[in-house]
Parts: sequence; structure tokens; C-alpha cells
Amino acid sequence: MTKAIASQSGRRGRALMDRRRLGRAAMLATGGFAFLYILVPLIFVTWLSFYRQEIPSYPPEGYSLRWYGAAAANERFIDAFLVSIQLGVISTAIGLAVALPAALGITRLRFRGRGALANMLLLPLIVPGIVLGFALYVFQVEIEIATSLPLLGSLGGLVWGHVLLVIPWATRLITASLEGFDRTLEEAAQNLGANRLTTFRRVTMPMILPGIVAGAIFGFVSSFGNLEVSLFLVGPGRTTLPIAILQYLQWKIDPTIAAISVLQITIIAAAMLVTDRFVKISRVV
Amino acid sequence: MARLQLEGLSKRYNEFYAARDIHLDVAEGEMLVLLGPSGCGKTTTLRMIAGFVEPSEGVIRIGGEDVTWHPPWKRSTGLVFQNYALFPHLTVARNLAFGLEMRRVEKSEIDRRVHDALAMVRLDHLADRLPRQLSGGQQQRVALARALVVRPDVLLLDEPLSNLDAKLREEVRIEIRALQQRLGITTVMVTHDQEEALSMADRLVVMKEGEVRQIGSQQELYERPVDRFVASFVGRSSFLRGRLADGILRTEGGLEVRCSDGPNGPAAVAIRPERVTVAREAPSAENVFPGEVEHVSYLGGSIDVRVRLSPKDVVVAQMPNVEGGWLPQAGDRVHAGWSASAKAFADTETEEGTAQVS
Repeated sequence: MTKAIASQSGRRGRALMDRRRLGRAAMLATGGFAFLYILVPLIFVTWLSFYRQEIPSYPPEGYSLRWYGAAAANERFIDAFLVSIQLGVISTAIGLAVALPAALGITRLRFRGRGALANMLLLPLIVPGIVLGFALYVFQVEIEIATSLPLLGSLGGLVWGHVLLVIPWATRLITASLEGFDRTLEEAAQNLGANRLTTFRRVTMPMILPGIVAGAIFGFVSSFGNLEVSLFLVGPGRTTLPIAILQYLQWKIDPTIAAISVLQITIIAAAMLVTDRFVKISRVV
Repeated sequence: MARLQLEGLSKRYNEFYAARDIHLDVAEGEMLVLLGPSGCGKTTTLRMIAGFVEPSEGVIRIGGEDVTWHPPWKRSTGLVFQNYALFPHLTVARNLAFGLEMRRVEKSEIDRRVHDALAMVRLDHLADRLPRQLSGGQQQRVALARALVVRPDVLLLDEPLSNLDAKLREEVRIEIRALQQRLGITTVMVTHDQEEALSMADRLVVMKEGEVRQIGSQQELYERPVDRFVASFVGRSSFLRGRLADGILRTEGGLEVRCSDGPNGPAAVAIRPERVTVAREAPSAENVFPGEVEHVSYLGGSIDVRVRLSPKDVVVAQMPNVEGGWLPQAGDRVHAGWSASAKAFADTETEEGTAQVS
């Protein structure tokens, strides 16, 4: 009698386990598919960059590194790459200088319109890049007409646009780290003799540093990869890497572009890995 | 070490007083405990002393010096926070060194004093740990050592034991008190736990709704509470309510209770449970009333007996647990007796409901 019950419950248990295992398998399959879906373009671009032939056709005739050489020998790409790096670094620095006080204000001060301000700082993420770029273009044209300052096409004009790309990321990530910050730590520092500035430097800053680093790297990456805003603001002889790629593609399709893309992907991936060492990306985004 | 004086200290938010007209004089080396329910203004008072809340009125003196408008970092107070507030990115030793670095103490001197302070709280072997690697009790000791290593004039403790489990709490209570007495440091502690307050204080301050109700020793507060709130908050009391006239309280239930004199009119008599005798035969006492046992709580060391004396009047008696003694049962007909020295207080409407012993 008891044996029968035991075997029955055993059977039921096994059925339950089977169902669980099935669920797990389904989840893995879905996840695997999604992962593949994201990864396939990257894999193909990387594969393509090592083709020997000029026309990207299948099957490959052989493999070589010649397209990396070609990319490195192309002055337009080199110049554009340097412009992009320069632009990213300057814009990130300015963006952080705006975002840090903004995040402090949003998290610590109580004032009317605080929520609205917080949302406004995220706006550049929501407004389509083309619209943002076009608006800035028109605005800069008007300023140039009014003041005859050579703004359009200058590095300053580009930085202006890219700072707008950095601010939302930096503000969001720094705000997130400030929200989790226990303010009694600042009181403890002050009680021990630290004035406001020293408290910020010795206690607040080290605690929110992960958020600042994450904000900087995300900001840099979004500047480095941006095409739409830059399209309107670049001038003759000064293009960013994404624009140089686009221009090259208008004339030619060969694996040079793939090689350049692989370099770009590598830089961004490295930035992400560095960020992840400071702060778990999944925790702040 | 210094004397701490608060003179007419108030904190007002619009029309609301978080603390009102607080006068305290803490002698050098004394441990004063602010006791009261949450929202009574005890924490606000402590934070005004530390400099985190600006007083609306009044003066704070430490060692005779007026520090009312000094920022927190220019006052010599050592505050132990309720959540300890240890710097999570610094090791235990660096946490302790922080205050000394701010005071520009020499490196070798810092090392020596940090080591001594850690030895004082028996944590010298954990100097290189991060706070999160410590237990709650250890963190608490680090917080205490961090506050003391800078040798503040005044030590401030904000509910320092509330995050510890009950068993540890008793131990730490004794430890903090011993340390405070050994160092002879002027201390103000805030707590809502009367047992904690009674066991640690030289003097106690009972606060309610932003105001000081009574200042005194443990015995003074227990034997001579000034009002009904103090009688209910320090120790336990049963209250019988009625009208007082010439030392006799006529309860709504028709009892005539002899008690200490008080203002004639609506009043309540506070009766300490351990001063009530419950017996089958009428005991000899100034107040003796027949009643029925409603509920018996067997607590081990003592037994709480709830006796209904009239449809409106109930007293609680705390009987010692005597070997082979009589144990009343619910429903028993008994007599309850107590002396005429039980205190009577004017019965104000605002304090209704806070008083009855459960």
C-alpha cells in the first residue's frame, strides 16, 4: 500500500521534473537564439574583414590581412578616427562637468520642477538623432549669420552636438549611484572634522566613482558611434569615423569597411569591459 | 571632556516644534540619556548638539564655549550613528584614522592612536578588514572607536544598540557604560528603550512631543514621576481614572481609592504592578478591593495577574514566583490591595490611551 503511494508520488515527481527540464530547455533555446541574432552580424563582419578577394562573395577565395593594411594606409580613415577620438574625449569631459552637478542637484535638492528637469536631461536619448542634428544645424547657421563666428563645421560646433549625447548617459548613471548613496556617511565625515569640500573629495567621490566612470564610458561610446548628429555638423576636411565609413561605402564595397568596423567594435567592447570592472553594467543601466 | 549646556534650545518647522525650550546641563563625565517615544524630539536635540540641525532658538555650550553656530566639523563631538555609518571603501584602521587625518595628526601618532583605540574595543586583529566583512556587533565597536579616537569633548550615541540582537545588546550596554566611565567622557545617548536607558544613565531626561517632561535619576523618575506620561513610560503602571477630591479618587466604576494628594478634578492614579498584592483573603493595605482574575501571564520570574475590580476598573499585579506559592486562575474571586502612596495625576485628555498597562 505505502509502496504503491510512494511509486505514484515518484511518478508524479518525475513528470514534474520532466516538465521543469523542458521549460529550462525552451528558455535556453530562446536565449540562445536571441544571442545568436545579436551576434551574427558581428561574426559576419569579422569574417568578411579577413577575405582575400575584393568583392564580398561567398565562398571566400582565401584569407588575408590586406584589408587591415588598406584601412591603416587610408589617410581619410586615420584622420576621421583621430577626430572621433578627440571629439569623444572633449565631449565626455564637458558632459561630465555638466552631469555631475546636475545629478547632485536632482538627487539632493528639493525644488519645484525637479522631476521635469531630470527628464529633460534624458531628452537627447528620445529625440531622434536626425532631428537633433538638423535643429542644431539650423541654430548654428542662424548664429553664424548673426555673429559671423565660424561655428558651423568647426570642432566647437561638433562638440556642442556631442555633449548633448553624453549628458543623458552621464546624468542617468551618476544619478543612479547617488541615489544609492547613504548620506549619513557624509555626516559621519563632517562629525570627524571634514568640511564640505573634503567630505565630497574623501567620501562622496570615491563612493560614486563607479557611476562617473560608467557615465563617461557610455557617453564616449555614444559619441564615438554617432552618425546622425555629426552628419549635419561636420565641415570640409573634418569628418568623424562613422561618416568616413559612410562616404567610402558610397563609392566602394570592399572588406576595408569590415576591417574598420572590427576595429571600432573592438574599441567599444574594450570600453565596456573596462566599465564593467568598475561597476556592473547590469546594475546601473 | 567638557561640560555640555543647552539653554532654551528649540527647533521649529513653521508652526511645528520638533524640540521646544530644552534646558540641559550635562556635567563633565556624566552620561545623560534622552528617553522618549519616536517623534519626541530626542534625535533632533542630539543632531542640534552635533551641528546637523540648526536651532531656531537657544544656545549650545561645550566646555563653556558657545558653539551654536559652529559647523559640525568645528565642534568636538563624537557621534555614533544608529546605522554606524562606517566608510565602506576604507578599512577599519583607515576609518579610525579619518578623524585624526582631518586634525592633521602626525602619521606615527595616528598609527599609535588607531592601534590603541582598536585594542580598547578588542578589535586590533581586524584592522585591515573592510566594514562589510564585520559582524553587526563588531561594526558597532568600530563606530564607537572611530568616535572616541579623536578624543572628543562630548560623545553622542544615537540609539547605538537598536541594530543589535537582544542577547548582544545587553553585553554591549555594559561594555559601553564601562568604557564611558573609564574614559570619564561627557556623553549624551538617545534611546526609546527604557531598560537601556535605566541601565546606562547617570541621569535621564524623559521627552515627549518636543518637550522635556522630567529630568532625574532612575529612582526619582520611578518613585516620583511628575505626570501621567512619565509614570507610564518609565516602568509600568495601571491607571484608575476618576475624580480626585481630598486625597480620594472616586472612579467611574464606583471605587474609592486612597492616594497621594493631587489637584482636585479629573485624575488618574498610577499603580505599579509589583506594589499590588493579590490574595484570596483580603490583605491588610490602605486600598483593598474584591475582584475577579481576568487573565494570568506566567512569565517565569514573575506572574502578571490582571484583576477586574469593577466594570470600569482593572489593575495588574506582578506576583513574585514563590516556590510552592499560590497561583491564581482566570475566574478566581480575589482581593487586590495596595498602599495609599500611589501617585495621582491630573487626567488630561491628550494623554488618554497612552497609559494603560497591557
